[in-house]
Amino acid sequence: MIASAPEILADQTQRAVMTYRFRDLLALEPLTADELTFLLDQSKPFQEIQRHSLKKLATLRGKTVALAFFENSTRTRISFGTAASRLGADTMNLQAESSSLKKGESLLDTVHTLNAMKPDCLVMRHASSGAADFVARNLDIPVINAGDGTHEHPSQGLLDALTIRDRKSSLENLNITILGDISHSRVARSNIHLLSKFGCRFTLCGPAMWVPRELQAIGPPGAAIRRVFRIDEALEGADVILVLRVQTERLHEPALSANDYILLYQLNAERLRCAKPDALVLHPGPMNRGVEITPDVADGPQSCVLEQVTNGIAVRMALLFLLTAGGAEETVDSPGALNPSPSAPGSAAAEVQKLAQAQAAGTKKDSPHAPR
Amino acid sequence: MRIVEKAQLMSAPEIDRTLQRLAHQIVEKSGGTKHLALIGIRRRGVPLAQRIAKAMRGIDGLDVPVGTLDITLYRDDLSKVAPQAVLQSSDIPFGVDHMDLVLVDDVLYTGRTIRAAMNGLFDLGRPSRVSLCVLIDRGHREMPIEAQFIGRSVQTSPTEIIEVRLREIDNEERVVLVDRTEP
Repeated sequence: MIASAPEILADQTQRAVMTYRFRDLLALEPLTADELTFLLDQSKPFQEIQRHSLKKLATLRGKTVALAFFENSTRTRISFGTAASRLGADTMNLQAESSSLKKGESLLDTVHTLNAMKPDCLVMRHASSGAADFVARNLDIPVINAGDGTHEHPSQGLLDALTIRDRKSSLENLNITILGDISHSRVARSNIHLLSKFGCRFTLCGPAMWVPRELQAIGPPGAAIRRVFRIDEALEGADVILVLRVQTERLHEPALSANDYILLYQLNAERLRCAKPDALVLHPGPMNRGVEITPDVADGPQSCVLEQVTNGIAVRMALLFLLTAGGAEETVDSPGALNPSPSAPGSAAAEVQKLAQAQAAGTKKDSPHAPR
Repeated sequence: MRIVEKAQLMSAPEIDRTLQRLAHQIVEKSGGTKHLALIGIRRRGVPLAQRIAKAMRGIDGLDVPVGTLDITLYRDDLSKVAPQAVLQSSDIPFGVDHMDLVLVDDVLYTGRTIRAAMNGLFDLGRPSRVSLCVLIDRGHREMPIEAQFIGRSVQTSPTEIIEVRLREIDNEERVVLVDRTEP
């Protein structure tokens, strides 16, 4: 059952306490600053639990989380698996290399089979952008996108923001420099979608072929995103430096040699001094030490890479708790953010419009905004 | 459904006097306050615990640490909480091992909140003793749980609700008995 749009909005302002109103988490783009803040705030209690000697809760006892990684992943899969087990949930694992996909089963058949084993939530990664959104439209359980192609990696965006907020005490108006292969990076996209809602300014830096002009338009209208091709200039005044892994496996031919990349774009101690003295260094991992980042920077006092890993579990516990613990009948469908809405995403008008569409769509099965 | 206020159970000065008395009783019963600490259960147990601690400072200048506990993760009715439960932080800035802990809450009813709070506490360590202090005990227990320190016991029917309103949260200070009636 879905309450009408004005009711939901009125209720939220009335209670002042925000809740997350979507069934799934597919992308950060459609979420408002308030909703993102709510998700980060909900991660705080789980950060505390990481510090306890007894880290296991019974909150999701009897629930099952399906982890379907159609693309290789180590840390994200372990992080979600650990988050589920610390909440007391069981997990079922599907991995690309050993799955029936190798035998020619379609994505939809695979997830329907998994769903028939009655999990309470599906966490999935897939090499195609929009795969999680497609699956979410066809399943009646919450879906968490753990990375889809070059689209988004929402839990990584959230854990990066939590790490930055803990160190800087606020996300407002920071200068963010992103280094590396931005065109292929779902991490960069999720970070831009999240942090731009808090007024952050972005400098994208890397070889020109990895920083296409189109990237300047991916944020909300008016978002400050610039491209700079000289690393010293790109780091000037930076509060946060997000170093991306050089994803050689996504390229079919090396258009730039590793030596050239190191020479022009590697983050080393000397270049780090161009940024603000208290600038943070983030890396989503796995790191290629000596390629995109030098070991002294990766292990230095400004590096947050291990905090990112610890915070990842807290963020994922919060997401699993939020999407599977309660009775979810009153949540609405999650837009996958693949279809740009006519008005600015995140604006109140856009939210009302989405809710209205959800309302009007009724039970129409193939509508992307149909309530389930 | 209509909510009707039936009676005022405590005024602001009565709440104040009751908390003073509870502070004295806790100190007396603990016999040596070296390991004594208060744990307020969110939400209204928190200001109550802080006020009891303040009252204890007035008794021989005792400085008793206060922690706060959010029990959401330990509830047994999460699947009935619609649509999503909102978590808040627990903040217990001391080790609970070997401590003499007093849980503080506003109303004791079914006992399920206290069951959840004890699960939360024992995830943090092994206190030597846990006791319970409530402003109002309204009966209707569903668990073998009793309070050692009680502000006031009140006979209630299951349709009635006790509302403890505290200035820190509700901008007013009194305890009222309200009833839900069919229109």
